Amino acid sequence: MKQEINEQLSLRGLANNDSKAIDTIYKDNFNMVQVFILNNNGSYDDARDIFQEAMITLYEKAKSESFVLTCQIKTYVYSVCRRLWLKRLQQMGRFVAQTESMEETVPVEEDLEIHEKRNADFAIMERALGSLGEPCKSLLESYYIHKKGMTEISAEFGYTNADNAKNQKYKCLMRLKKLFFAQYNIGD
Amino acid sequence: MEDILLLEAIERYLNGGMLAEEKAYFEQLRKNTPEIDQMVVEHKLFLHQMEGFAEHRNLKNALHESHTRLVEKGDVYEGGEISTKGLVIQLWNRYKRVTAIAASIAGITALMISGLVAYFSPAVSPNQLVQLSHKMDQIIKTQQAQGAKLKDKIPANKVVTTSGTAFLIDGKGYLVTNAHVLQGSGAVVVNNKGTEFNARIINIDKERDLAILKIEDKDFTPLGALPYGIKKTGLDLGEELYTLGYPRDEIVYSMGYLSAVSGFENDSASYQLSLSANPGNSGGPVFNKNGEVVGILSTKQAQAEGVVFAIKAKGIYKMVDELKESDTSVQKIKLPTSSSLKGMNRVEQIKEVEDCVFLVKAYNQK
Repeated sequence: MKQEINEQLSLRGLANNDSKAIDTIYKDNFNMVQVFILNNNGSYDDARDIFQEAMITLYEKAKSESFVLTCQIKTYVYSVCRRLWLKRLQQMGRFVAQTESMEETVPVEEDLEIHEKRNADFAIMERALGSLGEPCKSLLESYYIHKKGMTEISAEFGYTNADNAKNQKYKCLMRLKKLFFAQYNIGD
Repeated sequence: MEDILLLEAIERYLNGGMLAEEKAYFEQLRKNTPEIDQMVVEHKLFLHQMEGFAEHRNLKNALHESHTRLVEKGDVYEGGEISTKGLVIQLWNRYKRVTAIAASIAGITALMISGLVAYFSPAVSPNQLVQLSHKMDQIIKTQQAQGAKLKDKIPANKVVTTSGTAFLIDGKGYLVTNAHVLQGSGAVVVNNKGTEFNARIINIDKERDLAILKIEDKDFTPLGALPYGIKKTGLDLGEELYTLGYPRDEIVYSMGYLSAVSGFENDSASYQLSLSANPGNSGGPVFNKNGEVVGILSTKQAQAEGVVFAIKAKGIYKMVDELKESDTSVQKIKLPTSSSLKGMNRVEQIKEVEDCVFLVKAYNQK
């Protein structure tokens, strides 16, 4: 019971980007995943990538309003990592036998599908931003990601006033939107 | 310029930064102008994506930071060299005491074992080598297990000192054995069925290493004629011989051949045989293939396998004859001269003979 409450607290912390909660979940689950990856032809870097991917999935799940975690964090994270890693092994052309593991796993396919879709969207955004070039990229990031005010931004980037910065931002935004929507299918 | 204002308005509208009045006006505008409505929807989607992207990136950064922190704290291990070294040192520090103790114990044990081996293994000295080259073992067994095994014929306050083998030379109960078997004040004899009889020591001839016992026990029923005779004449080299004796509590058969007509150090009173004999065989009869007693098994050479000496049967005659001159009580002894075993096979011979071969237990005051 106590553990359950602790896990709920951790998840809420994770949803709010609380670094302490992230550390806790990280510490409790990482080694297990690392052992799994290392035992299955993976490296330390693979373990980190896969685990962080699983953490993002967990974060997305924790953030969604309909969120109910029906199992322990450990089980969920392990299931996601296992799924992700087996998939990656297959992509690398290593057809590993689907061994029936002794560990308890939960079905995570649906969550992973959503996660993949999001990852694809973010990749489009990333590419669009990347091909935007400076200073547009930094300008938009400052405004939309770091949530800085126009005055601050104009000072930072050296615009004479906020209006000029706003003007520049608008031009950049238009280009970004064009790049983004060129790849992002609205109707989908 | 219009577009900038419009987009700004849309952003303010989506952020909820509009006042109620302005909002109502803007919504009206959306309704009436499909283009603007389209722009709002599109921008909302874009902003949502942007938002998600931002979150995603922040989380990734947070995870990286978390990872780095945990690696530094040692909660996460990624096979770095320094930490490996640390692990070994840690293990060493933790177990060095145990290792030291284990090493000491191993060392002490090794020293003790080598000490024991040195102590119990025979030390080689020149003196002993000379001895060994000529040493003879008397084939005599010291009885060690007493108590329960000993039956009532041995007086309660007596202890068995030696045991060997004896055989009848007269059906009335006269037995011959080796003098060295009787290292005690009295003796009992046991037949091959395990029955004990009291025996009296009639004579001990240490020079010949022969002794005569007489069974004096009411349980003993005298035999008529003995199945074997005692051979007066000599043997030829290579003649097949066999013996029966009690190296254990049970009668044991062993066979061999005559390997020399004289005994230890050219002793003409004995033969050298090649057969396996063990402590307890002393005093046992040596038969030839006709079932005649040709000797009394007495000693064997130490450090030489299968070199056994037997006193020639002639010695029995000599001893008995000498004894008859001095002791009237032995006048009645009549040594058997003819064997009824000739022509029988070995197994049949043994069946006839084994009743006449006894286990001798000499005892002494406790």
